[in-house]
Amino acid sequence: MTNVTLNPQQPKTAEMAQRMDEVKGRSLWADARTRFLRNKAAMVSLVVLVLVAGFAFFGHALSPWDNETIDWDVLGNVKEMGKPSLANGHFFGFDDSGRDLYNRVVQGTRISLMVGVVGALIAVFVGTTYGAVAGFIGGRVDNAMMRFVDIAMSIPYMFVLILLLVVFGRSIGMLFVGIGLTAWLDMSRIVRGQTLSIKNKEFIEAAVATGVPWFTIIRRHVVPNLLGVVVVYATLLVPQMILTESFISFLGLGVQEPLTSWGALISEGTSTMGYGTLWQLFFPLGFFVISIFAFFFIGDGLRDALDPKDR
Amino acid sequence: MKDVTAPILRVDDIKVWFDVKMPGSWPWTKPRKLKAVDGVSFELNPGETLGIVGESGCGKSTLARAVMQMAPVEAGNVVWLGDELVGLDTGQMRKHRKEMQMIFQDPLASLNPRMTIGQIVAEPLKTHHPNLSGAEMKDRVRDVLDTVGILPNLVNRYPHEFSGGQCQRIGIARALVVDPKLIICDEPVSALDVSIQAQVINLLMKLQEETGVALIFIAHDLSVVKHISDRVMVLYLGNVMEIAPSAGLYANPMHPYTEALISAVPIPDPKLEAAKEVMLLDQDLPSPLNPPSGCVFRTRCPIAEPRCAETKPTLAHKGDDHQVACHLR
Repeated sequence: MTNVTLNPQQPKTAEMAQRMDEVKGRSLWADARTRFLRNKAAMVSLVVLVLVAGFAFFGHALSPWDNETIDWDVLGNVKEMGKPSLANGHFFGFDDSGRDLYNRVVQGTRISLMVGVVGALIAVFVGTTYGAVAGFIGGRVDNAMMRFVDIAMSIPYMFVLILLLVVFGRSIGMLFVGIGLTAWLDMSRIVRGQTLSIKNKEFIEAAVATGVPWFTIIRRHVVPNLLGVVVVYATLLVPQMILTESFISFLGLGVQEPLTSWGALISEGTSTMGYGTLWQLFFPLGFFVISIFAFFFIGDGLRDALDPKDR
Repeated sequence: MKDVTAPILRVDDIKVWFDVKMPGSWPWTKPRKLKAVDGVSFELNPGETLGIVGESGCGKSTLARAVMQMAPVEAGNVVWLGDELVGLDTGQMRKHRKEMQMIFQDPLASLNPRMTIGQIVAEPLKTHHPNLSGAEMKDRVRDVLDTVGILPNLVNRYPHEFSGGQCQRIGIARALVVDPKLIICDEPVSALDVSIQAQVINLLMKLQEETGVALIFIAHDLSVVKHISDRVMVLYLGNVMEIAPSAGLYANPMHPYTEALISAVPIPDPKLEAAKEVMLLDQDLPSPLNPPSGCVFRTRCPIAEPRCAETKPTLAHKGDDHQVACHLR
């Protein structure tokens, strides 16, 4: 094919262009990153969250104590002798059973974050696959799959979760199963809707017209355009998972001793509130509130960054 | 351009019906048939441009998709270079897709926002020439971009960094990159400014001159179609009203619907425009779910007679390659 020139200047420009380096484009991802980095609340939250995560994984190294040893001297007199103190290395004081609260909070943070992140990942994985398949195939399959989701959603999930934990015993595994059973439903609806709208875009039609195989279309055209929504929803799902887990643990049905979580620690803290050992409530509660806030701010920041039209 | 060779594409009495579920109907009630395209036949010669005009909802785009086997063909044949396309599976169809490409109406929406224009233009190459090396592919992409008037050093840019006209050029580059024999243009200029429209159309005509590609050009702008087409087909409610060489159709429209369409084309001169008599049609387009009996145009036709309601007129030759579907003309 020879050069088609639209105007007399063009050959010159084309030659010049050949000598010039390739211009780097700015992808939508790069745009979103800039927008996200400019969002102060989200950036502060990100730093806070990194600190909390660091606390969860390396916090025990800072303390001379561990999370199991019971200090029998303190046990009967936690209110007087169990106060937080930098001097004796019990930074957050003692819990009601005479254990070092700092290390208990480290342990609880680790478990709560794990439940949140793993739960959200499961929900995202299952929900995205389910929703994308339903949306892409469409028709009767879509109808059947989404009616199933409707039915599953109409069941009060807290009730099911509590029943599961009561019937099959209280364990983290059961908690994952219970939360996982319901958390993917919303995700699958969102992804299905998004897939439907992407499926009808002209660039998909262009790919079909060219003869691109359908799995390549999903991989190359559908998934990258879904990713923004999925990422946003996943970050908002993590605090939701943590809240659910904490609520269940607060009720005493979730994480069991000797393991602990934010919800379990807060539960213990509230039960001893009347004895004046308020630090047992405020330390886990502080971490809980700060982390939940941070997750929500990051989620909001991501949504603003990835979908500027939706503000 | 009009050398006497075998047509590359023959469409034979093609029918595209969609199932439409009435709102509130039971799942087991039979869906009604929407006759989007109802028996259209035409032929396309190599290097020829066929314009397709008609108002919104008359089946222009569906016809194009039916040719590409992207709409459910109820009946009829599409013969492409001697091969029957209707009923081919996706694998068999892929061979032919290399030779027929498509350009879309919304320039930005037809480009994946997450891919660079280099990747977008390379996609048909990757699909049909998977053995090409990266460097060869890149060269080819740069060549084609240069051909359509996009600086090749912009290959790493993303679609949102271009204007509508540029995006349409990129769409054309994507269609052109595999050297197709036919490009179907589905209202390629209706989303663009008038000045940009002219550029894109001139580009298409120039490319056609150089590569000998045949075009099916769908539009609702009659002056645009007149400019680019060798022959023009007028569609109404999924039926062909008139097919004629472009000059003949505009100078001497035979079907009353074509007359009405042409009389409605605005003239870019206020005095002439004010003096012009527009032939207004009564009523709206009837629903394709429930088309009129006999001639589909009779409900709005100024010269309709009782027999128009009884039998459907077939396309009849009126000399000079001019075919009209009307009992009275």
